Amino acid sequence: MILFAEQTLNGLQLGVMLFLMAAGLTLVFGIMNMVNLAHGALYMVGAYLATFFFQETGSYLLAVVLALAGTLAVGVVTEVVALRTLYERDHLDQVLATFGLILFFNELIAILWGRAAIYSSVPAWLSGHLELVAGLRYPLYRFVIILIGLGVAVGLWYVVARTRLGMLIRAGASNRTMVAALGVNIRLLYTVVFGCGAALAGLAGLLAGPIYAVQPGMGELVLIQVFVVIVIGGIGSIRGALAGALIVGMVDTLGRAFLKPMLATVLSPTAADSAGPAIASMLIYLLMAVVLAFRPEGLFPASR
Amino acid sequence: MNRRTVLLIAVLGLLALVPPLAAAFNQPFYLDLLRRIMIFAIAASSLNLILGYGGMVSFGHAAYLGVGAYAVGVLAHHGIHSGWLQWALAIGGSALVALAIGAVSVRTSGIYFIMITLAFTQMLYYFGVSFQEYGADDGMRLAKRSQFAGLIDLGDATSFYYLVLALLALTLYLLHRLVNSRFGLVIQAARSNEARTRAIGLSPYPYRLAAFVIAGAICGLAGALWVNHTAYLSPEIMNWTRSGELMFMVILGGIATLSGPLYGTLALLLLEDVLQGWSALPKWVTEHWQLYLGVILVLVVLYARRGLAGLVGGRHE
Amino acid sequence: MRTIVHVAAVSAALALGAAAAGPAAAQQKLKIGFITTLSGPQGVIGADMRNSVELALDHLGRRVGGLDTEVIYGDDQVKPDVGTQVADEMLKKHQVHFVSGIIWSNVMLAVAPRVTGAGTFMIGTNAGPNQLAGEQCHELFFTTSWQNDQTPEAMGKYMQDAGLNDVYLMAPNYAAGKDMITGFKRYFKGRVVDEVYTRLGQTDYQAELSQLRAKNPKVVFVFYPGGMGISFLRQYSEAGLRGQFPLYSVYTVDELSIPAVKHAALGQLETRYWSPDLKNAANQKFVGDYQKKNGGKLPSFYGAQSYDGMMLIDAAVKAVKGNLADKKGMIAEMRKANFNSTRGKFVYNTNHFPIQNFYLLKAVAGPAGKDPVMEIQKAVFTNHKDSYAKDCKMKW
Repeated sequence: MILFAEQTLNGLQLGVMLFLMAAGLTLVFGIMNMVNLAHGALYMVGAYLATFFFQETGSYLLAVVLALAGTLAVGVVTEVVALRTLYERDHLDQVLATFGLILFFNELIAILWGRAAIYSSVPAWLSGHLELVAGLRYPLYRFVIILIGLGVAVGLWYVVARTRLGMLIRAGASNRTMVAALGVNIRLLYTVVFGCGAALAGLAGLLAGPIYAVQPGMGELVLIQVFVVIVIGGIGSIRGALAGALIVGMVDTLGRAFLKPMLATVLSPTAADSAGPAIASMLIYLLMAVVLAFRPEGLFPASR
Repeated sequence: MNRRTVLLIAVLGLLALVPPLAAAFNQPFYLDLLRRIMIFAIAASSLNLILGYGGMVSFGHAAYLGVGAYAVGVLAHHGIHSGWLQWALAIGGSALVALAIGAVSVRTSGIYFIMITLAFTQMLYYFGVSFQEYGADDGMRLAKRSQFAGLIDLGDATSFYYLVLALLALTLYLLHRLVNSRFGLVIQAARSNEARTRAIGLSPYPYRLAAFVIAGAICGLAGALWVNHTAYLSPEIMNWTRSGELMFMVILGGIATLSGPLYGTLALLLLEDVLQGWSALPKWVTEHWQLYLGVILVLVVLYARRGLAGLVGGRHE
Repeated sequence: MRTIVHVAAVSAALALGAAAAGPAAAQQKLKIGFITTLSGPQGVIGADMRNSVELALDHLGRRVGGLDTEVIYGDDQVKPDVGTQVADEMLKKHQVHFVSGIIWSNVMLAVAPRVTGAGTFMIGTNAGPNQLAGEQCHELFFTTSWQNDQTPEAMGKYMQDAGLNDVYLMAPNYAAGKDMITGFKRYFKGRVVDEVYTRLGQTDYQAELSQLRAKNPKVVFVFYPGGMGISFLRQYSEAGLRGQFPLYSVYTVDELSIPAVKHAALGQLETRYWSPDLKNAANQKFVGDYQKKNGGKLPSFYGAQSYDGMMLIDAAVKAVKGNLADKKGMIAEMRKANFNSTRGKFVYNTNHFPIQNFYLLKAVAGPAGKDPVMEIQKAVFTNHKDSYAKDCKMKW
């Protein structure tokens, strides 16, 4: 029972990380109708900047602020220089261009920091464990990630539902031509949205840095899962991103943990040994296929 | 004949001259390099049918390379070396898999289609990776090249080269006929304006599914050729990054053009080879060639809107 | 950053030096092709191998076996078909006399038969798939590394002898992962609590670590190469499991990954055939000079193997006095393993795989404030043969 609770927390934490990445990506796709493969690169930039600033300044909080600002800046610059003209273009062109950006960023990071993974750590006041209930010890850092993720979710909901910016975002997602016709500076809006998406990806990256390997190409490992999340959740909606992320996080975690023992009850141990991990790795794709078969627009599509 | 067709025939002609040229200059390596490029060009051309003409952005096309390759490899592993049987199974098997995947995927569109095709290819990849019997991700050696009983020896580099060239030309011709037939026109119409297509009474679904299956089958053939070329089989060919590479070859060359995929493949693979290996380039290029490739890709998209074939101009097919 | 500039500067200097040396004399130029991974995150392994090859060339005065030498490096991008293309380029375009290198088993399985089939030597310096040790052994294939199973076999033997029990096994779900576990179980006959295979490339192990803790084993044995190992180690450490369950591994912690995990690696136990602190003249020279040339970094076993590969070729070419057409002569000389290897003296088995010692290594605190280092604790196997030699039909 304790194990199940612990695994649920793990699934929640993974889901929250996916949500931070998915939120930015789904906004960019929903509002600017752009497929951005380079989102993983921004995640990587966030992780690297945070690690770098933490080493240079010794203050984790300062490093976080600088990393977020830095990723935001990188995102905005990239948008203005390379991506602006792509909004009008085909998805295909966007895929090709953003893939080119992935190669560029990975190599740039490799030039600046080398190909080897770099050392990144949790600050002392964030390490250690929490005793949530008797017998359930959970790493403090991961717990903080869950809190931050949920906090961001609430914050995003507030911005989208209750502020003018959010209203513009929703309007733009519905009908961008109309919004432009109403005199809103669409270009600026897009840049702001992209920048926010970049900052969210950077946040995910800097949170992930201490627990995963910080190396060139780290974004691509997560990118596919993020795409699965936004497809399941529904493109263009933050709610969908949250739902999708939590579902994927849970299914993946619980699948890895419990699928093999469950299979072992019906199959022979050796069959479960090979089938278990194989199916567990395909589980989120199976889930996506099932969701798309019944609700092709995803679970909570942005209303059009 | 318009400019583009003339150029295409010229390029194919040049490719035909490669074996004697390579022999004359004692550079047999280029024979292999261009053969590999042509095999990928066949795969990219098949993708162009659904991606370029059909507007169906399939991120899972490399799966059929894998199915074709495995069909040949597995049969060879069990002692069946007849090229006819192997290649028939490669094409037929890929068609069946495409039918299965397509039946589910073609109903969706846009980003959903991209993702679901990606999902299926990942599943096949993980499946191949865990299949211990056929080497799992270590892959396995091709026991013997496909045998065609005296008709042609695939072990002979030049014969194999000309076979691939012939199949490439055949594929391009087939696609040309297909695209300009009523069937092809419906596909293109559906990509252009689906609502209108429906309005005139045509349901795009069966046409799209058929195109998907045909594309898969041709790609299966490319897979059979590929495994004979490398003499080695590994599930890594089904990885989503490979699908991405195929897409880039198509997009780079110019979608919805007959010659586009060939140019795109030539450009991408030759560029990779040159950036990495050309001794005339300074170390800071060859060591970080991916940086420069990335920049080139972005520039091509931004400034060469219709891809490389688009640069040549001519009738918009 | 400094290291890159340093390496680049040194490479540039060497290149200039080589160019300045002028055209070769009438004697044949020796060309060696070295295939490794130079791009992507795994490029860090390729960089280590290349630095070691360059160091070997320095030690040999840029003349391997007395002949003016050119080493052509190729990048396999971790893909078997790219590796094959690179090998083809080396064989047909550059017409190399030896092909060396290769990190990955699947690339090796694709490339080696092609190279040996073309009548050229394949000197492997890392991958040791069982097929090449067994039925596909070839007189032109030699390796200076090991057979993949030997390293986990050593771990299995150690645990068996130490009477350790209730082992929890983890590895990624691919061929090498399964091989490692199989090799381990060949010598370990005790109780296995559970055998868990994770997704290749997985970054988050929290779920598996929770399962592990619930199962409460006595010992944990894992195989997580590259980035997976870095993630796993960090998370294992953060979860507080280091104190609870001793962690044993193979190919998970090495000189390349320690800088990324630092103290999270402390206490790690691995088995390996070599360690930088192995005491013999050749190794001390190799490690010392490598550190001097590469800003104090320690070489990894990938590097040591690549260095040995060059030395093996050197011994062979010297023995036939530069007559590269005398392949039989070179094979005979290589079989004697009569060169100063960084692992000390060893002999070749009939399948051209080394019969060598394996040691238990532990990650201990490094000199004041620096990263942990791996130190040899004891020998686990002396003169250990691989388990596939019996399938090899070569006799000599």
